[in-house]
Amino acid sequence: MYRRPILKLHQRSKTMKTSSAFNTCISVLVLSGITMATAQAVTPEDKGLEIANEIDRRDLGFGDSRTELKMLLTNRHGDKSVRKLRLATLENQDTDAGDKSLTVFSYPRDIKGTAFLSFTKILDPDDQWLYLPALKRVKRISSANKSGPFVGSEFAYEDLVSFEVGKYDYKWLRDEPCGELECFVVERFPKYENSGYTRQTVWVDKTEYRIRKIDFYDRKESLLKTLNQSGFAQYLEQYWRPLKMVMKNHQTGKATELAFSPYEFRRGVNENDFTPNRLKRLK
Amino acid sequence: MKPKGRYPYALPLAALLLIPGNAAPTSAGELEIGGSVATEIRLFPGDASYNGQDRSRLSPSIVVVPEFIYPLNDGDDTLTFTPFARFDPHDERRSHVDVRELAWVHLDNSWDTTVGIGKVFWGVTESRHLVDIINQTDAVENTDGEDKLGQPLINANFISDWGSFGVFVLPGFRERTFADDEARLRGPKPVQADDATYDSAAEDKHVDFALRWSHTIGDIDIGISQFHGTSREPVMASVTRSDEASVFRPHYDIIDQSGLDAQLTSGSWLWKLEAIARAGQGERFGASVAGLEYTFYQVAESAADIGVLAEYLYDGRDKNAPATLANNDVFFGARMTLNDEQDSSLLAGAVIDNVTQETFLSFEAERRLTDHWKAEVEARWAVNVPEGGFFSGAENDDFLMMRLARFF
Repeated sequence: MYRRPILKLHQRSKTMKTSSAFNTCISVLVLSGITMATAQAVTPEDKGLEIANEIDRRDLGFGDSRTELKMLLTNRHGDKSVRKLRLATLENQDTDAGDKSLTVFSYPRDIKGTAFLSFTKILDPDDQWLYLPALKRVKRISSANKSGPFVGSEFAYEDLVSFEVGKYDYKWLRDEPCGELECFVVERFPKYENSGYTRQTVWVDKTEYRIRKIDFYDRKESLLKTLNQSGFAQYLEQYWRPLKMVMKNHQTGKATELAFSPYEFRRGVNENDFTPNRLKRLK
Repeated sequence: MKPKGRYPYALPLAALLLIPGNAAPTSAGELEIGGSVATEIRLFPGDASYNGQDRSRLSPSIVVVPEFIYPLNDGDDTLTFTPFARFDPHDERRSHVDVRELAWVHLDNSWDTTVGIGKVFWGVTESRHLVDIINQTDAVENTDGEDKLGQPLINANFISDWGSFGVFVLPGFRERTFADDEARLRGPKPVQADDATYDSAAEDKHVDFALRWSHTIGDIDIGISQFHGTSREPVMASVTRSDEASVFRPHYDIIDQSGLDAQLTSGSWLWKLEAIARAGQGERFGASVAGLEYTFYQVAESAADIGVLAEYLYDGRDKNAPATLANNDVFFGARMTLNDEQDSSLLAGAVIDNVTQETFLSFEAERRLTDHWKAEVEARWAVNVPEGGFFSGAENDDFLMMRLARFF
């Protein structure tokens, strides 16, 4: 469930198998849409989707990646606790589903070896397994819990799964400066079930299409959390990853900081490592 | 403390010794040392039932479980060593040492092997683990049957698009552990644990075999297994000891067991099934556990989740098979996970006999105190125990256990 967090917006919506009649119908609609667009300029929705597609396009083909990260949880009183974990991601070459990811905890010691395996879907529920090392037991778990906290942090499960373009509707709001750069500001609306959010506002820099900041609005439309991403590093002369992510909860005063070790790409991760049975063999 | 003797570890250990030569550590990782030390106190509210049994109501003990992990070849090979020791001043037999794990694991693209001593779990249900059969229960550790002795094994698994196929060769058998005659939780009669009898002339040297296929098909996770070898569950035969006392002597049959486990995961629902057919202990019989688990997420706008569980247990065994609690029973349980920084959780459950209403209750709670300390509380008690019931003779051994563990 813990895959290239927040970063990635994949377009995998090319999956619908449609009849030729339906295709023709769509083509007509698309054509008239284009005609309208040229006549009335691009709608904010089109522009938002275009930005999401460009973010996705720039991240295609990374293959596989792995990193380690430290999670620092801070409560309202300033008390801190730490988690350490390894994260491996396998890009899905098929177009009908998202990526696979594997998370293994190493700290605190009582949860050492606990592992999560997650297969992201577009709109269907993700497939998730949990491995409990003390019992040597692999459990398939429900993924209906999208909005619940991940290991007591301010990140919800849905904040951490790989983002696929098809998971949201989009609307471009405006352009504005973000630090030294210029950003697109885009709203996105979750289309998948059980989301804890009505909408998110996303700041994406115009130079490299990196997500710098996200505001999350809860089901009552109030501002719940803000995520800031920084320390971007580029890999294989293409793929950008933030090495620092800070999630601040405005309603509880709690915060979670993620500090990533440098990523490794294309280390030849084996697809069979991302199977429930292999979870038992991990150390 | 005395080690439980006669470990038939020679074959897997010999194989283990071959590794360093073959797998030259081209990129040996660092030796990781971890594990835990815990102190435990059991509180027995009731008086001991039998003459000679320890009268103490408070029973402390210490358990040490270090863990050594040595990765080789960029993680493709791993050596693991997990010794185990408990010291319990009130139970000479519960004071024991074991090797929970001493294994070489090799991972290849589409297959993996484990050679040495290890632990394997199969199954999906919560109230009873019917299908799980590789390891012997370390019954002195806890009455829930979740603690297992290390099993000598040679295991290979092959992963394909049609699922994962596992082959297990189990050279040597581990006898179940039993509480000392003078200790609590020993049951109605003393057990002559060192005097077990066997179907097989090879006794505990019998080599057992198991096969398993498991696969994920959409929302369904399924496993089918077959076992041939020494039953992990002993039949407790009543015999008269030299001092005229009536005691139990464990007898281990050779059995054939087929197992099926399946889970359907759908939204917040988990539907679970385990079923076995076993031959070799009385008439061939079937047994099953079927049930569900439903989780309410973020209850009352908190971070907490509450899961409710219900399972039906059936077992068709006759009197020549080991006694079981779960012949015709229902299980109800609830699990609460607070999802806080301390990973706090609570689990409560009851197994109720449909005919006699004999009921076994359990409660577990755990919470991390700091990065290195964790506290756990457990309670287990039986109510409505009828004459000749499963808990008959152990009615006074309800207990509350508190554990404080340090992880390093």
